[in-house]
Amino acid sequence: MSESEGEAYRILVVDDEPDVEPLMLQRMRRHIRSGRYSFVFAQNGIEALDVLNSDPEIDMVVSDINMPKMDGLTLLSQISELNPDLRAVIVSAYGDMKNIRTAMNRGAFDFVTKPLDFDDLQVTIERTLENMKAWKEALSSRDKLVSLQRELDVASQMQQSILPTQFPRGDDFEVFGSMEPARNVGGDFFDVVLLDDGQIGLAIADVSGKGVPAALFMMSSRTLLKGSAIGLTEPGKVLREVNNLLAEDNESAMFVTVLYAVYNPATGHLSYANGGHNLPVIFHSDGSSTVLPYTEGLALAVLSGVEFVEGELTLAPGDTLVLYTDGVTEAMDAVNEEFGMARLQAVFTGGAPQGAEAANEAVFAAVREFVSGAPQSDDITCLTLRRGRAQA
Amino acid sequence: MDLKSTREGSNLIVDVEGRVDGTNAMDFQTALEGAIQPSDQGVIMDMGQLQYISSAGLRVILLVAKSLQKQNAKLLGCSLSESVREIFAISGFDKIVPVHDSRTDALKALED
Repeated sequence: MSESEGEAYRILVVDDEPDVEPLMLQRMRRHIRSGRYSFVFAQNGIEALDVLNSDPEIDMVVSDINMPKMDGLTLLSQISELNPDLRAVIVSAYGDMKNIRTAMNRGAFDFVTKPLDFDDLQVTIERTLENMKAWKEALSSRDKLVSLQRELDVASQMQQSILPTQFPRGDDFEVFGSMEPARNVGGDFFDVVLLDDGQIGLAIADVSGKGVPAALFMMSSRTLLKGSAIGLTEPGKVLREVNNLLAEDNESAMFVTVLYAVYNPATGHLSYANGGHNLPVIFHSDGSSTVLPYTEGLALAVLSGVEFVEGELTLAPGDTLVLYTDGVTEAMDAVNEEFGMARLQAVFTGGAPQGAEAANEAVFAAVREFVSGAPQSDDITCLTLRRGRAQA
Repeated sequence: MDLKSTREGSNLIVDVEGRVDGTNAMDFQTALEGAIQPSDQGVIMDMGQLQYISSAGLRVILLVAKSLQKQNAKLLGCSLSESVREIFAISGFDKIVPVHDSRTDALKALED
């Protein structure tokens, strides 16, 4: 190992023989002068523990076994309790296998025999320090991993915290939404906005990418969307405004697909605009279904100045509108087959959904049954609007 | 995901195979950016063997389209399967990356 690395190590030598200290300082003088080693000495285990308690800079211990007050083997057990990162090398009588075995069992890293061969001791010290360095590096990368995981947890909490948990309901409509997050933070979100004129804004969105950047992009998308939605009732204008704001200086090339709809509970009228999102499905009370007609648009934040064409229709009493993300249609089973539109549209063929929450749950249940335990790679999100109240 | 590139004059043709999703989008980006030369006039992405592309993959395409725009080069797509074509249509990405039925059509479009 090169001594020019400039790393300095502090070594505690524990021995009751008084000539060990001058001998060590003399034989290791080159390494002391270069600044690589500095030595601290103790006469027995008790003194050694005092030194360790008062000097946290000590990297390793070289200890004799037979000493008064506290022997080397007892010291070893104390050291592992005091600081498990500390490395110890034991000095034993030649051929004293019993004590050497005990020392190794108590966590000694290595041993050298008496009479001391200082070249051998120096090689042993270097190997011990190298091992300690590798151990500390491993610990630090583990810490980094833990803090990265914490960061992801923050992103995940951020995503959960922006989702509405209270849903509006009236005499003739119900809304319910939920998201099942993937293990790695995805970027789905939905929102329900109460507009001044009694209408309701419904948004479902999927941000490209995962992790903290996606979570931050999701936060700003959601804030801008809510801000625009409150002031406007035309979905196309809302998306145009949000898109222009998001597309400005978007160096990261992240984007978000959004479907935004405005529903009038009094009339059942629904207008919508689509920023590159999956087209929602309307389930009728007879079990049949209709995919919302395609309207021109583009994922938000890709290009500024894009126009979003509006579509409109009227929900019949008993109709259930299901907005969803690609986590539903692209959920895969063990053999990589996708859930797909056909299976989504077939969810209610056995009977019309009773209530928004029940409809939402039924979609999740169908996806869960289909994937049957295959790992979930994307967030699964559903937002449901039902015209007419659930029958009790 | 597998990516192979060939050159035809000042155009680069990239064959993308398999699936591009969140797990390999970074590899896709590295491979794609590594294949493109500053002298390229047009890049055609042949997606005939592309089974699936997620939003993370579309983002890479958007990044590449933007950087090609800066060097005054065009990015085109061709031979999309039914499901990938649908992803491009719904997301509106066919407005950013014009898609053609075949490689010949795409090359012709670059000549015009």
